[in-house]
Amino acid sequence: MAEFAYEPEPAGAVVLAPGETAREIAGKSPWRLAGRRFMRNRVALAALVLFVLIVVVTFAAPLYAKHVAHADPFANNLNGTTVVDGKRIEVLQQGGGPLKLGETPIGPTWHSNFFLGADNQGRDVAARVLYGGRASLLIGIGSALLACLAALLLALVAGFFGGPVDVILSRLMDLIWAFPIFLLAISLATVLLTAPDGLQWGPVRVDPSSLWVPTLIIALVYVPYVYRPVRGQVLSVREKEYVEAAIAQGASNLRLMFSEILPNVLTTVIVMLPLMIATTILTESALSFLSIGVQPPKASWGTIIDDGQNLLYSRPWVAIAPGIMIVLTVLSLNVLGDGVRDALDPRAKLRIKG
Amino acid sequence: MLVFVLRRLISLVVVLFAITVLTFLIFFATPGVDPTRSLAGRNPTPETVAAVRHQFGLDRSKPAQYVLMMRRLFVSRDLVSYGNQALKVVPAITAAAPVTFSLVIGAAIIWVVMSILTGLLAVVWKGSIWDPLLMILALIGISMPVFWLGEVANLITQDRLHDTFLFSWVPPLGYVRLTEDPWQWFLHLIIPWICLSVLYIGFYARVLRANLLDVANEDFVRTARAKGLSERRVLTRHMLRTSMITFVSLFGLDFAVLVGGGALLTEVVFGLPGVGLLTYRSLVALDLPVIMATVIYGAFFITIANALVDIVYARLDPRIRPA
Repeated sequence: MAEFAYEPEPAGAVVLAPGETAREIAGKSPWRLAGRRFMRNRVALAALVLFVLIVVVTFAAPLYAKHVAHADPFANNLNGTTVVDGKRIEVLQQGGGPLKLGETPIGPTWHSNFFLGADNQGRDVAARVLYGGRASLLIGIGSALLACLAALLLALVAGFFGGPVDVILSRLMDLIWAFPIFLLAISLATVLLTAPDGLQWGPVRVDPSSLWVPTLIIALVYVPYVYRPVRGQVLSVREKEYVEAAIAQGASNLRLMFSEILPNVLTTVIVMLPLMIATTILTESALSFLSIGVQPPKASWGTIIDDGQNLLYSRPWVAIAPGIMIVLTVLSLNVLGDGVRDALDPRAKLRIKG
Repeated sequence: MLVFVLRRLISLVVVLFAITVLTFLIFFATPGVDPTRSLAGRNPTPETVAAVRHQFGLDRSKPAQYVLMMRRLFVSRDLVSYGNQALKVVPAITAAAPVTFSLVIGAAIIWVVMSILTGLLAVVWKGSIWDPLLMILALIGISMPVFWLGEVANLITQDRLHDTFLFSWVPPLGYVRLTEDPWQWFLHLIIPWICLSVLYIGFYARVLRANLLDVANEDFVRTARAKGLSERRVLTRHMLRTSMITFVSLFGLDFAVLVGGGALLTEVVFGLPGVGLLTYRSLVALDLPVIMATVIYGAFFITIANALVDIVYARLDPRIRPA
C-alpha cells in the first residue's frame, strides 16, 4: 500500500540549486551547502518545527496524563466519574446514544479532564492519543532507521564485493520486493501472533506484545526499497578515482567500504529517511488498525482509530483525533523530505506515496 | 524478442516458485508458531492435538507438508479453512475477486482522470497561487491513512449528513453485484472509489507535474512552440504525451498491487466482501491457510502483471530488450 522509489544523481556531480550561483557555493563542503540550502527553505523549516513539536508533545504523554488529565490511560475505568460544569457525572453513561441502549462514554469536555472524551472502557482519549503517538513514532522512526541501516550494510557488502555475494543478496531482495509489502507485513504479523510463548532465537526472546515485533516486521519489509538505490550508488562510487587511489595506498577492504564509499552514499539514505519514516508510520497505523500491530494494553494511533470504529457515530472524536495526528505527522515528514532532498540533491527525482 | 519473452517467463516461474516456498515457510515453519492452536479448540487434550495435526498433515516433514499444501491449493483446489471446514479457500477467493476488481477499476478511472487534470492545471497555473495550493492538497492526499479517510467519509455520509439532500442517496455499507442491480452497484461503490483514489490522485498529480516541468525545457517542446503550435496543443500533444511514459508504468504496478491485496483496508472499512475482506476475516481468526492462499494469490497477480508489463514494454520499445 505504500511505495517508494528514489533515483539518485550520479555520486560526485556538483549541482546548483535554483537561484544559486557558482560563486556562492565555491569552497563549501557538501554538508555545509546542504545545511545552507535547507535553512533557506522556510516551508521545510516549518515542517521540521511541526515534526519536532509532535515528537516533544507525544513524549510528554506521562506528564499530560499525570498533571493535566489526572487519569491512567491504560487502566479501565468503567465506574469512574468526572466533574463537568461543577456536576459530578459518570464517565460511562447509561443509554447516552441515539437508541438509549447500553453505555456511551462521555464526549469531549474540552477541559483538562477528558478533553476528547472517553473510550469504551472509560479511559481518557486525549491522554491515550499522546501515549499512542509515542508508540507510533517509536515504531515508525525505529523501523525506518533499522531498515536504512540494514539496507546500507547489505548494499555496501553486495556492491563492494560483487560476484556471488551480490547475486545472492540481490536475489533475496528481489524476492522480498516481489511480495506486496502490505501482505508480507500482514503475514508476518499474524504468524508471530500465533506463537503462544513468544519467539525464541537462541538467547534472544521477543514477547509477542512487545513493540519490537511491529518494528522488526516493518523494518524488514522496507529493506529492499532502500537497498536497491544504495547498491546502485555503491557500484558507481566503487569505480571512482579516489577509491582507486585508496586501493593503491593499500587500504583494507573495511577501510574502503566505510571511509571511502560509505560517506559518498550516505546522502542517498539521508534523503530517503524522512520519507521512509512517513511510510513506516502509515504502515504501522494500518497494521495496528487491523489489530495485528501494537497489542493491548499498549496503544498506538492505529489501535485508537480501531477502538473508535465502534463509537464512530456516537463519539467520533475517538477515531478522528489520532487520524489528525497521523496526517499532521506524515505531512510534516513529507514536506521535510522534499526539503532535505532539495538541499542535498537538488536534481534527484524522488517520489513517495504514503 | 522470442528469446526475451522466454527468458522473462523462466524467471517468472522461478520467482513464483520462490514466493510459494517463502510464504509456506512464513506460515508453517516459523519457530514457535503452532497452526493447530486455533484448530483444536480450547484447552485441547494431547490426543485431539495429535489427531488434528494428522488430519492436516502437520505431522509430516516440512517438504512433504509443502507439497501437500500446494497440491491442495493448485491441483485439487480443495484446501479448506482451519476455522470453518466448509469454507474452501480457492472458490472463496474466486468469488471475492470480482468485488475487488469492481473497487479497483472504478478507483483507477477516477484517479487517472483527476490526477491528469490536477497535474496539467498545476503546470498551466505555475507562478500563480493555484499551483502551490493544488500541490499542498496533493500532499495532504498522500498523507492520509485510507482507513481513517474511509471512516470519516462514513461518519459524514452515513450519519451526520445522511439526512440532508447531500448524502441521502448513499446506500448502507456493503456490496451489490453488478449483474444483480447495476445502479445499486454503482451507488454502493462511489464513496469507496473516491476514498481509495485520493492517495493516488495526490501522488500521480505530483509525479505528472514534475515530469511536465522536466520536459518543458526539452528541445522538441521549443521546436513545437517555434512551429507556432498553440500552447494548448504543445501541452497536451507534446508535453503530456511524453510525460505519460512514467505515469503508465507506475499505473500498471499500482493497479496490480491494489488488486493483489492493497485494497484490503478500503474493503474492511466499507464492508466490501472482496479478497481483502476475506484476508481480514481469516486474519482475525488466525486462519493460516486462507491468509496463505490470499497472500499467494496477491503475490502471483502482481508478479505476473509485472512480467506482462515488461513484455508489452519490450514489444513497444526494442531498446529495453536486453541482449
